[in-house]
Amino acid sequence: MIYFALSLLTLSGFLCLYRIGSGPTPADRMVGIDILGILVVGFCALFAVFTGRGFYLNIALAWGLLSFIGTTALAKHLEGKKFDE
Amino acid sequence: MSELAGKAIIIVGTLFNLFGCIGLIRLPDVYNRLQGATKCVTLGTCSILLGVLISSGVSPTGMKALAAIIFIAITAPTAAHALSRGAYRAGVPLWEGSVVDKYEEEGQ
Amino acid sequence: MDEQRSGSKISRGAFVFGVTLAVWLLFTWPFAPIEWPMIIAGALVAILSGVLLGEMTTRHPGRGLNPVRYFWGACYIFVLAWWVAMANLDVAFRVLHPDVPINPGIVKVKTDLKSESAKTALANSITLTPGTMTVDLSDDGHLYVHWINVSSTDVEEATHQVVGRFEPILRRIFE
Repeated sequence: MIYFALSLLTLSGFLCLYRIGSGPTPADRMVGIDILGILVVGFCALFAVFTGRGFYLNIALAWGLLSFIGTTALAKHLEGKKFDE
Repeated sequence: MSELAGKAIIIVGTLFNLFGCIGLIRLPDVYNRLQGATKCVTLGTCSILLGVLISSGVSPTGMKALAAIIFIAITAPTAAHALSRGAYRAGVPLWEGSVVDKYEEEGQ
Repeated sequence: MDEQRSGSKISRGAFVFGVTLAVWLLFTWPFAPIEWPMIIAGALVAILSGVLLGEMTTRHPGRGLNPVRYFWGACYIFVLAWWVAMANLDVAFRVLHPDVPINPGIVKVKTDLKSESAKTALANSITLTPGTMTVDLSDDGHLYVHWINVSSTDVEEATHQVVGRFEPILRRIFE
């Protein structure tokens, strides 16, 4: 069961990587990075179930935070503003 | 029982994640991709975390999963909003089949 | 906007303190042996963030004490969960259909909500519900919404279809 879920998530991750690699505009690539960041949180939660160790969820939380900050920074850059505006 | 329910919810969540990523490939422009992918991946990841919460109950793992659910549900739409506005300001055009663009007509 | 503020600096700081401490206690959940050093460290950091960040947060901290708002907040979670499930089935249908049946466009809708927290919650809810995604928010209460299947370009009609689901309950929570 858990292998089925992990393989579905891996397939999703490869679809995201395809969009990051082939996106016609920079915005497409940034969308791919954003979605991949959320997918990794799901990966960490699945590993927590798989291995029975709770600390993977700490990684999930920290990864979600950093991914959000990174995405907003990329969006600001796309908009052509400084980060503190 | 809760073990089985948690696993079922996890499988449903991964399926929605996969649908979201298929949308990322098949939809035609940035805004549609962002829209479909954000909705599906947010629900999918929240379902995975909800499955972890249900199968582990009130424990450190479960509480962290709950915190992560709240966190993802707040930040994912915000990031999508920031990215779509950034893409529009950067001049990414809408798909040619789009029917209306009030944002441009109103001069922002 | 200064005249809209109803809370003093101290009460806003106290609001941040309460939220931060609650999140910290959620993270360090098992109190089986109560670990006082952990709790005290969390309280110190919460006081610091209350002092530093009180300026930047909600303008009406007193509203956080009203239990009726929490009741409507709990109802709102169920309403939102229903629409999120509908949204995902909708996206799955559109994505798996061989022709990708979409009819996208950016429409303008109007909202009567005044407080900034309510507008934020409305914009996030719109992003999670079927076929719509907020693109921008203007100063005079209009939202620009990317709609994957535009059925009306009229402002009133679009407002009824997009915003009407959430506006009444959000007004009860935040205003």
